[in-house]
Amino acid sequence: MKHRNSLILAGLAAAIAPLCAQAQREARTAWGDPDLTGAYSEFTTAPLERDAKYADKEFLAREEYEEFAKNRVEQRFGDDETEPGTQADVHYSMAQFQLSENEGVHSLNLRTSIVTQPKNGRIPPLTAEATARQAERAAVRRGKEFDGPEMRSLTERCIIWSSTQAPILPRGYNSNLQIFQSPGYVVIQGEMGDPRIIPTDGRKLPDKLLPQWNGTSVGRWDGDTLVVETAGFHPESAWRNASENMRVTERIKRVDEDTLEYAFTVTDPKTWAEPWGGVYPLTKLDGLLYEYACTEGNYGMANILSGARTAERGAAAKQ
Amino acid sequence: MTRILIAALALLTAAAAQAQVRTDLPRATNGKPDLSGVWQAINTAHWNLEPHVSEYPVVLELGAQFAVPPGPGVVVGGEIPYLPEARAERDKHFQNRLIDDPEGKCYIGGVPRSTYMPYPFQILQSERDVVIYYQFATAFRRIFVDGKEEAPLDSWMGWSNGHWDGNTFVVDVTGLNGLTWLDRAGNYASGSAHITERYTPLGPNHMQYEATIEDPTVFSRPWTIRMPLYRIVDENFRVLEFKCEPYAEEKIYGHLRKPGTEPPAGAPSR
Repeated sequence: MKHRNSLILAGLAAAIAPLCAQAQREARTAWGDPDLTGAYSEFTTAPLERDAKYADKEFLAREEYEEFAKNRVEQRFGDDETEPGTQADVHYSMAQFQLSENEGVHSLNLRTSIVTQPKNGRIPPLTAEATARQAERAAVRRGKEFDGPEMRSLTERCIIWSSTQAPILPRGYNSNLQIFQSPGYVVIQGEMGDPRIIPTDGRKLPDKLLPQWNGTSVGRWDGDTLVVETAGFHPESAWRNASENMRVTERIKRVDEDTLEYAFTVTDPKTWAEPWGGVYPLTKLDGLLYEYACTEGNYGMANILSGARTAERGAAAKQ
Repeated sequence: MTRILIAALALLTAAAAQAQVRTDLPRATNGKPDLSGVWQAINTAHWNLEPHVSEYPVVLELGAQFAVPPGPGVVVGGEIPYLPEARAERDKHFQNRLIDDPEGKCYIGGVPRSTYMPYPFQILQSERDVVIYYQFATAFRRIFVDGKEEAPLDSWMGWSNGHWDGNTFVVDVTGLNGLTWLDRAGNYASGSAHITERYTPLGPNHMQYEATIEDPTVFSRPWTIRMPLYRIVDENFRVLEFKCEPYAEEKIYGHLRKPGTEPPAGAPSR
């Protein structure tokens, strides 16, 4: 009899499971905000920009997708397969350390590119002003790339990461984030970067902002969508050659239990003649994100500089 | 005399009120005290947890504005109960503090040091998680509420499980890597340390912070630090970024710089 009871209960549990899933999907926080919390992978099969051959074709047909996704993963991670003992084999192998996202989860994304605005799925060209700015920045470093730590990239210096700063875009590895919520706040923490503490308590972005490497963000709820406005970037943040006037609008909403939709628009007339933006899914991860102590373990910086010094001494000895 | 009496009376009343159920504390949606907000310690614990008189700055040229200010200390009982060889190690740290203090390298401060560094930190609280964002080195930590998550590996901020004991949020911290110090005087604990933090609101704008440190490899018995934390009530206050990496680069990598080149003056350029 006991057995029978548990069987009935099990059957009942199975029957109500889909209802529970439905309820969970619409779950809200205890204080009534849409619940976006969790850990997510930013990896998606869509490249940032669309291959020109697709022109204005935004979506793949279902039967085209498998081939597309396979090529995409190979294109990004295929060079991990190299001949041991060759120079080509001396590289950072994502698969070796289980860092590549193709080993992780990702949602079905039939899009041909992350960029959806403009219609051709490609980032608009830099303005003449931005091109000049880019050239100026490059000139400061030319021939001095290994002189000192300040000549290295902001990422090598553990200052900012494109996978964590607004707008959030997937990188080569560790492109994961977690979202926390508390009354009046949403926290977006990229695995490798700084947590963005985003107030959703109704405050507006002040007109005058102190420059911050990650900018300053405020959020609001537009129905079930979190809308985040970010401005006040450090002039050297220069995301994709942007100026400090860049403004980013992000729209994040839950699609289903395992997926958020992340959309963004970038506006910076000094850099791009028109605003541009895109959309891609964030896929729920089973598990947690762990501390990424970048500076504390930055042996790479020391090795890059000491390698350059060794090379210089070698060159001097040859003369 | 009257003033002292009134002050003593006020303290007694405060202590009595603390023992009772507080009705004047901000509460979260689940009825627990709401610790959300930006907080900071206002003391000299970041210089030295133990009682200390004023001291020369670590580099004489820094002058009086960077001299070590005096403080009564925050260790309950006054002195940290080091084992003899551990005390010698602490003294060695102090001698080498200019080079060796992890703070100077912009390293994550760890627990409990991040709490009383002279920078603000923000607590964000929900039923499931309490997360804390510390300004220095943009350190971040997640505290699992009513969970028993085991530390999977050692880290700078360790692994935190929290629960409510009445009005007190008690946080159990393990999995610390032992690479940080506890202050600028070289006090330290090892990676075996087990830290129990207690956050007790005393009113809407201040709370008592306690951390008990158990580490038989370094100390002869568990010991406790205790200090109030103050809410930052400035209008529209936000914890601004303090990306300290650029300021530590010359210290860490200067010896690897190309001979004849100069570190950047002022803002970093690229």
